[in-house]
Amino acid sequence: MSLTDRSATDLLAALEAGDVTAVACAEAFLDRIAATNGEINAFLSVNRDQALDEAARIDANRQSGKPVGPLAGLPVAVKDVLCTTDQPTTCASKMLAGYRPPYDADVVRRLREAGAVLVGKTNMDEFAMGGSNENSAFGLVRNPWDLDRAPGGSSGGSAAAIAADMAPLAIGSDTGGSIRQPAGLCGITGLKPTYGRVSRRGLVAFSSSLDQIGPMARSAADCALLMETIAGHDPGDSTSLDVAVPAYRAELDKPLKGLKIGRVAAHFGEGLDPEVAEHVENTFAAYEAAGATIHEVELPHAAHGVPTYYLIAPSEASSNLARYDGAHYGHRWDGTRPAEDGGITEFDSPLVEMYCRSRAEGFGPEVKRRIMLGTYALSAGYYDAYYAKALRVRRLIRQDFLDAFEQVDLIGGPVSATPAFKLGEKTDDPVAMYLVDLYTVGTNLAGIGGISFPCGFTGGGLPVGFQLQGPALSEPLLLRAAHQYQQTTDWHLRRSTALPA
Amino acid sequence: MTAATTSPFTTVIGLEVHVQLQTRTKLFCGCATTFGSPPNTQVCPTCLGLPGSLPVMNRRAFDLALRAALALNCEIASFTKWDRKNYFYPDLPKGYQISQFDLPFSFDGHLEVSDPKGAFEPRRVGIIRVHLEEDAGKSMHDEAAGTADSRIDLNRTGTPLCEIVTQPDLRSPQEARAWLNELKLLLVYLGVSDCNMQEGSLRVDANVNLHIPQDDGRVAKTPIVEIKNMNSFRSVERALAYEAERQWGEWQATGAELGSTPKQTRGWDDSAGITRGQRHKEESSDYRYFPEPDLVPVTVTADQVAAIRAEMGEPPAALRTTLENRWQISAYDADVLVNQGQELVHYFEELAGLVGEGKVASNWMQQDVLRSLNERGGVIADFPVGPAAVADIIGRIKQGDFDTSRGREIFAAVLETGKPVADVVASMGIAAVDDSDLRALCEELIAANPKIVADVQAGKEQAAGGLIGQAKRKNPNVNPGKIRALAIEMIRALS
Repeated sequence: MSLTDRSATDLLAALEAGDVTAVACAEAFLDRIAATNGEINAFLSVNRDQALDEAARIDANRQSGKPVGPLAGLPVAVKDVLCTTDQPTTCASKMLAGYRPPYDADVVRRLREAGAVLVGKTNMDEFAMGGSNENSAFGLVRNPWDLDRAPGGSSGGSAAAIAADMAPLAIGSDTGGSIRQPAGLCGITGLKPTYGRVSRRGLVAFSSSLDQIGPMARSAADCALLMETIAGHDPGDSTSLDVAVPAYRAELDKPLKGLKIGRVAAHFGEGLDPEVAEHVENTFAAYEAAGATIHEVELPHAAHGVPTYYLIAPSEASSNLARYDGAHYGHRWDGTRPAEDGGITEFDSPLVEMYCRSRAEGFGPEVKRRIMLGTYALSAGYYDAYYAKALRVRRLIRQDFLDAFEQVDLIGGPVSATPAFKLGEKTDDPVAMYLVDLYTVGTNLAGIGGISFPCGFTGGGLPVGFQLQGPALSEPLLLRAAHQYQQTTDWHLRRSTALPA
Repeated sequence: MTAATTSPFTTVIGLEVHVQLQTRTKLFCGCATTFGSPPNTQVCPTCLGLPGSLPVMNRRAFDLALRAALALNCEIASFTKWDRKNYFYPDLPKGYQISQFDLPFSFDGHLEVSDPKGAFEPRRVGIIRVHLEEDAGKSMHDEAAGTADSRIDLNRTGTPLCEIVTQPDLRSPQEARAWLNELKLLLVYLGVSDCNMQEGSLRVDANVNLHIPQDDGRVAKTPIVEIKNMNSFRSVERALAYEAERQWGEWQATGAELGSTPKQTRGWDDSAGITRGQRHKEESSDYRYFPEPDLVPVTVTADQVAAIRAEMGEPPAALRTTLENRWQISAYDADVLVNQGQELVHYFEELAGLVGEGKVASNWMQQDVLRSLNERGGVIADFPVGPAAVADIIGRIKQGDFDTSRGREIFAAVLETGKPVADVVASMGIAAVDDSDLRALCEELIAANPKIVADVQAGKEQAAGGLIGQAKRKNPNVNPGKIRALAIEMIRALS
């Protein structure tokens, strides 16, 4: 069995036992990246030399008996939306091409201190806006299960990197489903933690009240391992929760007997692919067989989730992305006026022209669309009808979940209505693209936790994901429920045959 | 009738004051707030607005702002939040300013101002709101170089600012200036701000219009103008006076009333002494305020308010009354002393305690200590003659060692030489003149001045004053009062 076929948990045991060196481990994954990234485009930058140096340092420490961190020697891929001092942080945007932050994100700092070997930065939808990873300024990402299909997004690079064995662990971010949806479409496991569980410091903001960093890996056990390093209070993030971090791995093996899982009838309405529906129903049955009970619950305002999300997230984004104005860093218009200029040609001042042209050149179409949506929703005269109303609906959605969790421990259901869709299939229809977030946005609006893991394959060989949502800080239970399922199924162990072994 | 009541209009003024809080570090990051450092040396990812950076509130700044609001008699909100004010400008690197929009931390206060000389009636000026926000950086436009180069200094970005918005309760430029003085005094007393306008730690914008009573009983109101760019309280007074006259002229020419035009912003040109219209934007700016999602709301408990109130100290208005009552000095004297600041009041109270008499101490403070301090410059804390030395001089005058004018000379010599009072008295050869010496001196003078003697004998006692100057020339240490009394007594005895 090659090193890249092994789980993070397994590799860590081998590293700790001295059976495998960190250098060998890093080399194996870096070689895999070198062999497959041309096809998949999961990585925007690869840190080969530095990763190998770091791995050698860890090996030396380990051999000389010096203390090493809990992830010492494990390669980790980081979504290119987290600040790293030693690698560019581009958010897959021309605006930040080549941008190198002067500080590490809190999560990156934690990873380094834990001895993780950062192998590279993964591709994504520009500024995390999208559900297919087709919005990257540096090329789309292909789904390792079918190279003509999208991996989902926005953490499509991280999901594809795990699915293609380019890294055993990856960091994603989830604003409306950006960890769970690509995890589902790529047949891997991804956790969106409770808002505030993982520090957002150094996560380039898309929608500050919704963004949350989380682990992506093959299995729930591997996600639990990564969570133990990245979760925790950060006084530098005012919204970070000052709550002790549980030992996520310690409870994984507790049986599920007595667990109450909710099922929402509305999840199985029009638009849900029949094969997806079948696998999801089978998953409920598997949980029943494991001793859990299934209960019908309602989330009455869930239908308003996508419209609510597409007011709040763009509103915050329109403000968060105002800083990319060409004045201080990032892309700046070089002063050459295009010969054919379809847009505005008269500007209030040279400064305003610089702003407008820099932003017109630096941002892609989806980012511009959302900035315009958000600017509109926050404008005088529209604020009450759009943004303020969306905040009220958000509170109702949150209350729906609180009510449901009075009756059940977790809520199960599909992650996405369909398996991975064809590249280009939805690019001309933004609304169709926005609807891929149907089952996932509620978790973010409510600020709670959610996990996605594979629960079957379609006849065409595409993975199908199952989602569990749980109350605030229920990560131990979410991970345990997914882990217990993975103890009796092998969906998460299956590997794509679309790529060379 | 005074000029104000015969004026055909009433000037209506409201002020917006931005005050930089006296904190060591910025409002949302740990960078220093020191004034005058080299450009862009007091910055970090947060105040530079770099991708991924987050703000964390400086509780010390919040507590200082609470102190100011309490001293301005404001209500304190138990729950307050932050909002983003969105606009593009190069000195605003995030593209938004963190401020407070619909839920400021304090509101509905007031601050009174009066003039002890009675130049205007005491005025209670309502405070609409006090809120906290972060400052922007500074743009420096180097147009002189001909390159139209603009440079940005972000040292100031993120410095805590308190914005104080008044009701339009002020009725004259003079009142506005006096009120600003009182506000500044209050904030300096409380340690909230150094209110240094030159360093930009206090900035004032004024809104002004005229209310013009009409023959039919209606009151016509001219369009409100906001005046900016005033860099001293004197400028505020001058700009408001200019603007009132300008609006009066405009009203007579056009009759334009409030509501007929959008609010105009005019800049004060201090050297030309006029306000000028600033470029008017077609559409009013829309800041798209919304709740700042990177910060959590702030709650303020009654206990926290009580703790801040307890450490606040006495505000100037209360201190004036205290001094009047404690030392039996006039309202005018108390006003002069309090307006010089806390340190000077401490000096005065120590002196008054040593002398045991407020009025004498107050006179010495105003005529000698303050005058010398103003001539020398600097602050009272560094003044070389302490209250004990002044009390020593006053004590010697009281026991008749020398008179007040001689005492002043001694004060000046102590200040100049830095020597103890006793040494100065000795070195000036001052010794108490005993009664037999005085009597001998008077005899000599009476003999030499028959005209004065005749005048006094004729009942013109004031003529005896002519002897005093002569006595002082013969012996500078004589007490003029004693000379005068003794001379009259001896002249009367002659007749």
